[in-house]
Order: sequence, then structure tokens, then C-alpha cells
Amino acid sequence: MANTTTVARGGGSSAPGRRRKRPGGPPRASGLPNWAIPYVLLVPGLLVIAGLLLYPMVQLVIISFQKFGIAQIRGKAAEWVGWANFEKVLATEIFWTSLRNTVVFASIAVTLTLVVGTAVGVLLHKLGKKMSLFVVIGCMFAWAIPPVAQAAIWRSLFDADSGIINWALNLLPDWLSQAVFGRADWTGEPWLNDAFTVYVVLVFCVVWAGFPFIAVSVLAGLKGIPNELYEAARVDGSGAWRTFRKITLPLLKPVFAVLTVLSIIWDFKVYTQLHILLNGPTNREAFNLSMYAVAEAFKPPPKMGTGAAISIVLTIILLIITVFYVRQIVKQEEM
Amino acid sequence: MSPAQRKRLGRILLNTAGVLVFLYAIFPVYWMVSTGFKTNDQIFTTEFIPFPTSFTLEHFSRVLTEGVANNSIWLYLRNSAIVALGTVLIGSLFALLSATAIARFRFRGRGSFLITLLVVQMLPAEAMLIPLSVMIRRVGLGDQLLGIIVAQVAVTLPFGIWMLRTFVAAVPKTLEEAAWIDGASRMTTFWKVLFPLVAPGLVATSIFSFITAWNDLVFALYLMSSSEGYTMPVALQYFFGQKGVDWGAIMAGSTLMTIPVVIFFLLVQRRMVSGLVAGAVKG
Repeated sequence: MANTTTVARGGGSSAPGRRRKRPGGPPRASGLPNWAIPYVLLVPGLLVIAGLLLYPMVQLVIISFQKFGIAQIRGKAAEWVGWANFEKVLATEIFWTSLRNTVVFASIAVTLTLVVGTAVGVLLHKLGKKMSLFVVIGCMFAWAIPPVAQAAIWRSLFDADSGIINWALNLLPDWLSQAVFGRADWTGEPWLNDAFTVYVVLVFCVVWAGFPFIAVSVLAGLKGIPNELYEAARVDGSGAWRTFRKITLPLLKPVFAVLTVLSIIWDFKVYTQLHILLNGPTNREAFNLSMYAVAEAFKPPPKMGTGAAISIVLTIILLIITVFYVRQIVKQEEM
Repeated sequence: MSPAQRKRLGRILLNTAGVLVFLYAIFPVYWMVSTGFKTNDQIFTTEFIPFPTSFTLEHFSRVLTEGVANNSIWLYLRNSAIVALGTVLIGSLFALLSATAIARFRFRGRGSFLITLLVVQMLPAEAMLIPLSVMIRRVGLGDQLLGIIVAQVAVTLPFGIWMLRTFVAAVPKTLEEAAWIDGASRMTTFWKVLFPLVAPGLVATSIFSFITAWNDLVFALYLMSSSEGYTMPVALQYFFGQKGVDWGAIMAGSTLMTIPVVIFFLLVQRRMVSGLVAGAVKG
């Protein structure tokens, strides 16, 4: 093969004018010069990315500096207000509770999802083939449930009267329940009235739906670690926990980096499940940043300007996290 | 304890843990499906009824005939299908073209394009919703399914290209070169050689876009104002009414909405992982 290539190239240069076949390209590009082909192929994709993602992003920035209400949505020219939207938003208490809810929720949900997911991933690796497949299929179901249905399910499990969480808590011996929660009777406990307990339900929901992805990714990573390393560790008398810390964790570091960043990004902007648990953007105490932005922008009267300002704050936080993700991917992959 | 006994005990413990994880994962799903088939007196009770003794199709037939917001669930399922299929048709064609460009050619601006892809797929949809809704309404697509499709194509395309690119790159270039030497044109090579080999990847990418569009609540909710245009997720939240929550109907509707996703999901779950974690998982 290599030989033919050299011959063809040599022949081509020594006898100009003769029809050559370059192995690097087709005999005749359909009317287009070769260099132009990738750009032509990219046109539709570029149009979508530029027109429907980058341009709107610019619009979002512009709107965040404007007074943009129902009249502007209908086409009236918008009035420039400078930093007023940002100042207004930063001065409200809801912004700070939303920011706090977003950050606290994301840190707890990400940590729990990663811990549960990793534990299940390691377990799957240790289980026999059939048992492992059985558990993976179970996990697939949890993973595949649409977010709206996820939230509906967990809302029903935590329902005040007919939910089985209250039923299960009632099963606890009264002294234990009294000691831990300060109460014994859980019948009718309304989990979804209070911002704090709404987020408890949301954590249950998000961790349950999110752990399968982590588990399957960790499993894929574990399968890539050569068995000899573990054998060597065993020969050297290393215990299970030590092996996990000194071999498994370092080798899976790149996987964890990507999984952590993805989980943070997903949990930071969780909207759908919260929307279902709260019955829409109602309880302002329980807003997170994305719900606060959407509520400002779409609840009548629409205030797109302040909504955009909140979205900008959220986007900037996410882009900072994204930088780590991009760096990790670029480091690992020759693109 | 002898080593053999210890090993057996370890096995038993591991398998027990496996079963517990399985139950944790599957129980809420089972609860959804079984509640859909329970009669109301077995739903609205403080008792725990793991296996319904009364079995009814009443909730399913109710959501399919009476429905919610004056329309049968069929209409909403149909709308969701239109949005999801439209997104897939437009999105996967565009993704295939772009992925071929990135995986098969070295050109100026390729690196920046890849970085742009990674960054834009991380933009929060809830933030994009504000400018996109204004733009979509301005061009007259507000309150139309096509408007939701446009938004969904925008949201799913970057990841679609990213995922498909690895599939194109996996097809050995020598195959195409062989076709060229045999005198095939670029077009013929693309359709007769590359396309059939990339098809499984295209299916995986399409299913990913389908699921994203099918599941979406945010765009469908805020771009649509008339109930004839609601998609399934928008319709479902209407069952959480003022008069209390109609769990039977919600769970029946959720089950109907979940079925296609679960089927597709089981088909492509492996590829979803490889696409998301990209090069991070080796082997």
C-alpha cells in the first residue's frame, strides 16, 4: 500500500499533465474545490448554531440591559436602561434565596448522585455477569423516566395523605421517630408546602434519576482498568479500601472529572422537576435561579429584562464550570 | 470462618446489595405503573398497597377519551411525536453533514468549531428560552409546533454533532479511498459507503434527540398558548389541578408518555454513555 502511494506521487510529479489519482482524495470532486467541501457541509449546522444559539445569546445580553415587557415582545422598540435590571435583581431577597437554593441543592445532589452512582458502579463490576445485567436493566428504567414523570412519581410518594413515605415514617418506633425528628405521627405531613422540604423531595428525585448514568459510566471506566494492576496489589497485600483509593480512584480521575462537571451543570439548572413539585413558579421561597428567571420573564406581566439579567448570572456561573469540562475533554481527546 | 465460607458470605452480601439497588431503581417506576391501574379507593389511602387487588383500566380510558384541558391525551401524544420526529429529521441531517465535515476533513477553524460546540451545548435552555421565544414569535412561529421544533433543533444539534462525529471517525477512511480508486464520486461514496456504516450511530444520535424533544417541558410550555398545541409534558401538569391531585390519571398519562422513551433507551444506553463521557472512558 505504502509503496503504491509513493509510486503514484512520484509518477504524478515527474509527468505533469497526465491524469493522476491521488490516494488522499476522490478522482473528481463534484464541481467543488476540495478545500471548500467541509465548509459547505458545515453550512446548515453553522447556521443553526450561529442563528439559534449564539445570536440569541447576544440578544439575551442586550435584553438584560433593556426594559423589555409586553409592548416590546409585540415589536415596540425597547428602552435602554443600563445596569438597572441587574441592580434591581441583586437588591431583591428572592435572588439571594434562589442563588442559595441553587448552590446548596446542586452541591448536595451532585455529591449524593456521585457517591451512590460510584458505589453502584463498583458493585456492578463485582457482581456476576447475569446479576450485573439484571441490576443494569433496573437502573435503565430509573434513568429513562422523563423528568415530568420522575417528579410526578416522587411527588406521589411524598404525598401528604396517600404517600408511602409518610406511611413508612409512621412505621418507625415512636421513640426513635421522636428522638430523630421530634415527632411520631407523620400522617398528613405536607412535604411540598415548605421550601426546605420541597428540596428534600427534589434531592430524592434527582439522585434517583441521576445515579444510573454515573454507575454505568464508572462501570465502563472500571472495565478499562487492566486486571494485572489489581493482582499486583493483591500480591503486595493491599486491602480492598486501599486498592480502591490507590488504584481505582487515580485511574478513574478523568472519568470523575467529566461526571462531576456534567452533574453540576445539570443540577444547577434543574427546572422541570421543580416546576412539577411546586405546581409551576408559585412558591417564591423555593425558587432556584432558572425558575426565578423564567418566572420573571413569563409570568404576567412579563419582565424579560430582569429575567434576562438573572439568566445571564446563571449562564456565567455555568460557563465558568464549562471551562473545566472543555479543558478536561480537550486534554483527553485528540480532536 | 474458613476462606471458602467467607467467600460465599461475600457473594451473598454482594448479591443482596444488587437486589436492593434493583429494587431502589425499579420501585418508583413500578409505583407509577401500578397506580395507573389502581382504583381510587386503593390510591387515596394511608395504607401501603404494594400489589393492587382491584385492577382497573378506568384511568387509562379516562385520559384517552376525556383527557385534560378539553382534549384527549392522544392529541398531546401526537403533538409530542410531531415535535420529536421533526427535531430528529432536521437535526440528524444537519448533524450528519457537520459531523462528516469535522471527522473527515482538516480545515481552518475546525478547532474553534469543536470548542464552540462544547460550550454551546452547556448553555442553559432556560436562559436561551427568553431570546428564542421573542425571536420565534417575531417570525410568526409562536403558538405553532414548528416553533418548538426550531428551538429543539437548536438545543439538541451541538450534542448530536459531537456524538455523531465519533461514529464517522470510526469508519476507516481506506474504505472510502478504495471506492474513489474504483471511480466513485464523492456523493456516491458518501451514500453508498459512509452512510450505511454510520447508520447505527445516526440511529443512536436520533434517539437521543427524540428523547430530549419528547421530554421537554420548558419550551413547549412557554412557546404554546393554545391547548391544541400542548405536548404531553405540558398536558400532564394540568392534572395537578386546584381540586386536588388526580393521581390515577397522572400515573396513567406518565406511563403512556414513558413507554416510547424506555423502549428507545434500552436500545441506545451504551452509546449515550460513550457520547457524553467522550474520551474520558477508555477501553
